[in-house]
Amino acid sequence: MADFLLELRCEEIPARMQPKAKEDLARLFADALAKAGLAAGLIETFATPRRLALIAKDLPLATTAVSEETKGPKVGAPPQALEGFLRKVGLNAEQLTERDGVYFAVVEKPGRDTAEVLAETIPAIIRAFPWPKSMRWGAASITTESLRWVRPLSGIIALLDDAVVLCGIDGIVSGRTTEGHRFHHSGPVDIANAGAYIETLRAAHVIVHFSERCKLIREGAAKAAAEAGLTLVADEGLVIENAGLTEWPVPLLGRFDEAFLNVPPEVIQLTARVNQKYFVCEDSAGKLANAFVCTANIDAIDPAVVVDGNRKVLAARLSDARFFWEQDQKKTLAEHAKGLERITFHEKLGTVADKVERVAKLARWLCEEGIVAGNPDLAEHAARLCKADLVTEMVGEFPELQGLMGGYYAAKEGLPQEVAEAIRDHYKPVGQGDDVPTAPVTVAVSLADKLDTLMCFFAIDEKPTGSKDPFALRRAALSVIRLVLENGLRFSVDSTLETMTDVISMGRRDDEGQACRDDLDALLLNEIASGSAGLHWFILDRLKVQQRDAGIRHDLVDAVIAKDDDLVRLLARVHALQAFVTTEDGTNLLAGYKRAANILKKEGWDAQSRLPGLDPGSRSLSGDDEEAGSRLGGRDDVVVQLSYTPEPAEAALIDALAAAAPRAADAVGEERFADAMAALATLRAPIDRFFEEVIVNDADANKRAARLALLARFRNAVHRVADFSRIEG
Amino acid sequence: MATAMESIAKTALGESSVTASRDPARSFQDMILTLHDFWSAQGCVILQPYDMRMGAGTFHTATTLRALGPQPWNAAFVQPCRRPTDGRYGENPNRLQHYYQYQVILKPSPSDIQELYLKSLNAIGIDPLAHDIRFVEDDWESPTLGAWGLGWEVWCDGMEVTQFTYFQQMGGFDCKPVAGELTYGLERLAMYIQGVDNVYDLAFNTAGVSYGDVFLENERQMSKWNFEVADTAALFDLFAKAEAECRNALSAGVPIAAYEQAVEASHVFNLLQARGVISVQERASYMGRVRDLARSSCESYAAKMTPEWEAKYPGWSLV
Repeated sequence: MADFLLELRCEEIPARMQPKAKEDLARLFADALAKAGLAAGLIETFATPRRLALIAKDLPLATTAVSEETKGPKVGAPPQALEGFLRKVGLNAEQLTERDGVYFAVVEKPGRDTAEVLAETIPAIIRAFPWPKSMRWGAASITTESLRWVRPLSGIIALLDDAVVLCGIDGIVSGRTTEGHRFHHSGPVDIANAGAYIETLRAAHVIVHFSERCKLIREGAAKAAAEAGLTLVADEGLVIENAGLTEWPVPLLGRFDEAFLNVPPEVIQLTARVNQKYFVCEDSAGKLANAFVCTANIDAIDPAVVVDGNRKVLAARLSDARFFWEQDQKKTLAEHAKGLERITFHEKLGTVADKVERVAKLARWLCEEGIVAGNPDLAEHAARLCKADLVTEMVGEFPELQGLMGGYYAAKEGLPQEVAEAIRDHYKPVGQGDDVPTAPVTVAVSLADKLDTLMCFFAIDEKPTGSKDPFALRRAALSVIRLVLENGLRFSVDSTLETMTDVISMGRRDDEGQACRDDLDALLLNEIASGSAGLHWFILDRLKVQQRDAGIRHDLVDAVIAKDDDLVRLLARVHALQAFVTTEDGTNLLAGYKRAANILKKEGWDAQSRLPGLDPGSRSLSGDDEEAGSRLGGRDDVVVQLSYTPEPAEAALIDALAAAAPRAADAVGEERFADAMAALATLRAPIDRFFEEVIVNDADANKRAARLALLARFRNAVHRVADFSRIEG
Repeated sequence: MATAMESIAKTALGESSVTASRDPARSFQDMILTLHDFWSAQGCVILQPYDMRMGAGTFHTATTLRALGPQPWNAAFVQPCRRPTDGRYGENPNRLQHYYQYQVILKPSPSDIQELYLKSLNAIGIDPLAHDIRFVEDDWESPTLGAWGLGWEVWCDGMEVTQFTYFQQMGGFDCKPVAGELTYGLERLAMYIQGVDNVYDLAFNTAGVSYGDVFLENERQMSKWNFEVADTAALFDLFAKAEAECRNALSAGVPIAAYEQAVEASHVFNLLQARGVISVQERASYMGRVRDLARSSCESYAAKMTPEWEAKYPGWSLV
């Protein structure tokens, strides 16, 4: 057994790539070993800005010998087949063995030195390494065939116990020499073996363990804050990022001018974090303090010099931010909003001001209709101002502060709290993990904004295709779904989208409430109307994707999707259905349903079919007509008159249907979907028995027709709960 | 005339005697001269700025066009950069519509390029054990030039002082070989080294001339011109003419001249932006037009030079 060390040294690896690179190295190495028939006791990986390393413990010194048996042609097969096989395995005919009339070739593969395997493996891993972005460099890059790596690769250490595993790639030859910290330790560092790697480098001011550097930063930053009487605002993302930027992390606390604290804390934190990768601190009252913690990569001669440099950079950034903060407040949001007339939303969709106009109408309408329980005036007010911060200096500088800044400026102006909150949160939910707003005014604006975006882009046929979704419409649809579901908003998507088209086209009102010219292009409105149908399906499709991720079968969503586009109800139905179809009753009922449906299909029993001899005007005995069913209050209370005495199983099914169909229909009507499923479950035994005992295809045309009608009624009763034809299995 | 010649002669004489006492920590121009000395000693051609208005040193033909082809090329130069929208009428301590970049282009990128760069910092007075120097991921892409590269922004105590890029493509062609490009932000570096918080307070030389003495009035007037005065109709016209001239030069087989017109169009577009007369959707279209000019010029240049390159470097091919 031996321990193996691999170090791939290069110029600074981007911080964000290091964690994944460690995983990739471990995986590629383990795979290569496994292919060679080797396994290590333990594989550990390391990453710093300047190196990616791996230690594999307890490697056997050689691979085990194996005998590989290959099956060949049958004895007596044409000579060409045998010749071909012999060529393939590299043996002659005498060396083949024969078993059960088939030739076999047995090739003995002797064990190989592990060092030899590793020498082949290392260049292969380097060539196959899946960096998100890689590059060429140096004189070798005169051809595009030259080696690629994340940044120029400068050295390889490959040691099996104390011995160098000799290998090379593009002129870089393996050895035992590396470099220590770029500034603290000049000159080469020789590594004796894997066991000495970590400590030898530590002595050269390099902490190779990524997690150890994280710990030093996490704890060091917290300690620096504590020593200043403050609490660090924990930020694990920053810990990891700084660990990826340092080999010898030294957290240092600095102070910035207290006067900057007038700027909203989010702005300060964002400036510090995004631009400078600094932590921020809070005082004992939980308020942002005028302190930052930066992470140096050196034990500086005088840390105060480093801190002061960082302080200056932060101060320059913060003074920009403060300038914007003060400048922006010289105008009201309503004044800022006028600037939206200059910003194109999309060349075919007019300006952002046009969009705001539509969103304002929609937000008001959503409240007036009672779809959202918000105050219509406040919703409209918030909607009219929700995009105003886009033309502020602050959002120009920090686009990620959109919404938040509008909220701050609204509050500073003294606008109602609901309005300020709605402005602040109307972009939410942004991603899957983001909170969904619950304040009614916010919900109205958020929903109106997203529906408008969807309707408009569908109108101009800018739908997502494949991996392309430049206007993030999938995300907008998902946000609509989450807003609806998590707030329990009840409405039919299809008809609402249709009505919304009218809402959008309502005449504009100016500040005094006077009707004024509608700027919206009439053509666009027509297209919005025609686009809304596709949009309805797009939203339902997104629901399917979302529910699939939540463990809901897509076929079950399909089974109810045609029934309903009230998303809340639809989902309740799907949940009940999923619970049902996984029961024994559910599975069997589905089988019975499929059998009935197949027979009906084979017999050409479609929706238009009627029992022979019935007047066109009379009630549909088949119950096939869903409309008829709903006119009857969704009940199959049609009295069935048979011209013959039904067989017991037939009678039992008739009775069971008579009982179950209205029960299921009532339950569906009252949104008690579990009860609807329970009602269907009572049909399982009768339908099974019916198929066992009754012949549908009776010679008597009357019997045959009546039984087909019975099956159709069974099918329709099931359909009223869900379209079982969509269910797989 | 005679006096002018005399004073030039005096300066030249004087210069040789003061070389050793250059003071990059107290003089902007000494910092530049120190960088010139350093990179000159590395075998770089020390060029003068390109005599056109441009947004970045990368536009200099010594960078863009020389990044194409197989021949080695090492050059260093100061390039004044014009960023009309960054003008602040001389009132912002950090932002300027005209500032200097120091560009070094090393092709192929030497294996010790990072060490060379750090030595150059040392030469201008930045001790890496006193200051925290970091290489922070920053990939570079210029759709205008059909170019991209990987590299870093170099931080000194948290301040970005240099862009460091390994060019991978230029003008839509793979760089064969790859060039390393260093772009120092001279004012920032000088402010840092001199310990000054306002760019106009920088000592330009050690004879009492400040950066403000040299440039403050320019910033005031040029900001006003960029934002308020420039005749937009004339600018639109200039853009169209540069575009047409670029095509004219291309069809005449003089791609370097065409490239100059692309650079001109690019700057005129920046001026139009500063005047706020280009709407969002027009912006994309103008950028597309500039990109077409720049790429066509690079392509035409590469195509024109390829026979020579292939003859000198057997086996090398453009694509």
